[in-house]
Amino acid sequence: MADLKAETRELLEGLQGWSGRPLTFMEVCGTHTMSAARFGLRSLLPANLRLISGPGCPVCVTPVDYIDHALALAKVPGLTLCTFGDLVRVPGSAAKGQDKAPPSLQGAKASGADVRVVYSPTDALNLARESPKSEVVFLSVGFETTTPTIAATVLRARSEGLENFSILVANKTIPEPMRTLATAPELGLDGYLCPGHVSIVLGPEVFEPIARELKVPCAIAGFELVEILRGIQALVRQVEAGESRVDNCYPYAVKAGGNPRARAMVDEVFEPADSRWRGLGMLPNSGLKVREELARFDAALRFEVEVLPAVEPKGCRCGEVLRGLIDPLECGLFGTRCTPDAPRGACMVSSEGSCAARYHYSEGDWR
Amino acid sequence: MILMGHGAGGRLSSDLISNHFLPRFQSATLSQLADSAVIGDLALTTDSYVVTPRQFPGGDIGRLSIAGTVNDLTMVGARVLGITAAFIIEEGFALQELDAIVASMAETAKEAGVEIVAGDTKVVPRGACDGLFITTSGLGRLDAHFRPMPHRAVVGDAVLCTGTLGDHGMAVMVKREGLGFEGELTSDVAPLCGLLDLLRDLGDDVHVLRDPTRGGAVQSLLEVANASAVRISLEEAAIPVRRAVRTACELLGIDPLYVANEGKALVCVPEGSADEVLRRLRSHPYGEEAVKIGHVVPGRPGCELRSEFGGLRSLRMATGEILPRIC
Amino acid sequence: MCLAVPMRLVEVHADRGKVQSSGVELEVSLTLVDGVAVGDYVIVHAGYAIQFMSAQEAEENLAILERLEASWRT
Repeated sequence: MADLKAETRELLEGLQGWSGRPLTFMEVCGTHTMSAARFGLRSLLPANLRLISGPGCPVCVTPVDYIDHALALAKVPGLTLCTFGDLVRVPGSAAKGQDKAPPSLQGAKASGADVRVVYSPTDALNLARESPKSEVVFLSVGFETTTPTIAATVLRARSEGLENFSILVANKTIPEPMRTLATAPELGLDGYLCPGHVSIVLGPEVFEPIARELKVPCAIAGFELVEILRGIQALVRQVEAGESRVDNCYPYAVKAGGNPRARAMVDEVFEPADSRWRGLGMLPNSGLKVREELARFDAALRFEVEVLPAVEPKGCRCGEVLRGLIDPLECGLFGTRCTPDAPRGACMVSSEGSCAARYHYSEGDWR
Repeated sequence: MILMGHGAGGRLSSDLISNHFLPRFQSATLSQLADSAVIGDLALTTDSYVVTPRQFPGGDIGRLSIAGTVNDLTMVGARVLGITAAFIIEEGFALQELDAIVASMAETAKEAGVEIVAGDTKVVPRGACDGLFITTSGLGRLDAHFRPMPHRAVVGDAVLCTGTLGDHGMAVMVKREGLGFEGELTSDVAPLCGLLDLLRDLGDDVHVLRDPTRGGAVQSLLEVANASAVRISLEEAAIPVRRAVRTACELLGIDPLYVANEGKALVCVPEGSADEVLRRLRSHPYGEEAVKIGHVVPGRPGCELRSEFGGLRSLRMATGEILPRIC
Repeated sequence: MCLAVPMRLVEVHADRGKVQSSGVELEVSLTLVDGVAVGDYVIVHAGYAIQFMSAQEAEENLAILERLEASWRT
């Protein structure tokens, strides 16, 4: 135990002594964003070593019309909407009245819709099984850590012959956007701190093309302070040596080959699709959709509801924040018109969005 | 429209009180927003209990209804004179369960050395309330010199905690949400008058007592920081949290500092008195694990958390309900 | 990416298992992992085990998870 503390101190001292050229690393995992903010990493790292946040928060990058779609489904009589807690406060695009419910799942629930927060997609499945007369829709969001759990749930629904269970899909995949951002000249990324739990499923190999072809150093890291520091140190060492490879700094969890069984289940249920990312626009090969043969589990096809195209709020600079181009503080809406209580843009809606993390964990008082 | 978050003790609750109740009720006493109202030598408080599930590991709604009100009086230094209990009961409620809850109230009152001296019962049609709601009020008498209040913290005070944080909220949430967690998650619900009476003769040295209920330790400390216009700095490594609670929090993405406690108190005393206070607290079963968790420091009013490696972060009010997350 | 916690497998019943850590027990699905046995550690996310570890690897991870143990802990 004492070794870990000593190691943390050593790593910090080493990094704080970095005297080379300014380096910019990016993490693309909401939990990394949160952890970095929680540990006050910004205040611990020297000014010439930056860890910026990319589009790693699945809630933040979910387009607002997904919430609108979910809210439309919530109005269908006899339909139960199941969701992870993360989505419940995200505002949709409908106008707010003085005493009207906020256009969020939380608001829909307060207005009488059957919206239930679940910890696992299995809970939604159990509900469907117990209430064969209700339609149960699970709001399927997340990156590659979560997607296998949803795929497994759909396969179970199929094998049980359930007729009243479906999912509304907004799952995303991270490797393609990482490639896109790695080649963005205005970013000048010196390395990626790769997402630890996504890597459990995908395996470290998935980042090889980024390291090899795009020559961007990669290090897979866990989520405690010492683990994040190990990852950053690995990146610094690659830069110093002029190398680019994938260092696995989370070896007890991330194994070579990842979890093939999980990936196979995902392949059985989903296929890759182009996908719209809030603040980033359409990114090729960056999302998933339900395979045709499983269409009956696709809530978008199963229910016909009207959803208007979403409009991004004026002055919102989430796109630039998500791409790591600006710091949240540089957005004119930050802390004033856009706060965690009244979020306008993607980066503030989720507690692990870059702006929300900044707001909650930074030293300033935004009153 | 009212949301569940308005009852959760965070910013929504705070705003509801500030914007909808205080301006209309126009009471200087009320506006102090202490755990009890202080009127001359008397203290008065009221609280409603609507918790589900009504039974949870470590206690039930009955124990909670007595301990909660006793604690509100204790936090302003009052000796309890009497408690009232009003019941709103749903048609169809089982008498057996009612008896068990009332027995629990009696037992807790006896433990605290208090009497339930008045009450009321209403029955509402099926569906008009969720089983049973209890409202308890408490009247207490204050000594001349033992009047902790949220606005009395000063720079240089030590901030102490009488024990582990997050126990009650996690035990109840896990049971209520049917998360399928079992194990050592137990509510800490307890009346603290006996424990905090041990500090009574320290008199005016005890600046603040607060029980960190809904909204957690952060909510209570922010209220103190704002009322006293001071900055409270906590040491992350010193915050006491049971391993089971920490694990449950990790699984659900919840911060134990925001989780309700029903058998703990936060104490602000001059640094010089801290050791003596801890010694006294630790001599009592409800204070065995008392520790110092921080200090009142110079700076802008607010609350901060210092990690042992020097990282600093600001602690803000939770927005509303605490919900399980997966990300 | 998301919250995942290593926990020890204490019971296995076909594709479901019971996991335990620091006094918290819960049921998880083992559908996504292959060849786990009682005593192994699994990483739990959203009610599923998404990977497993040998006991030794897990001990190391748990130490980190205890977060550089404060001098005081129950």
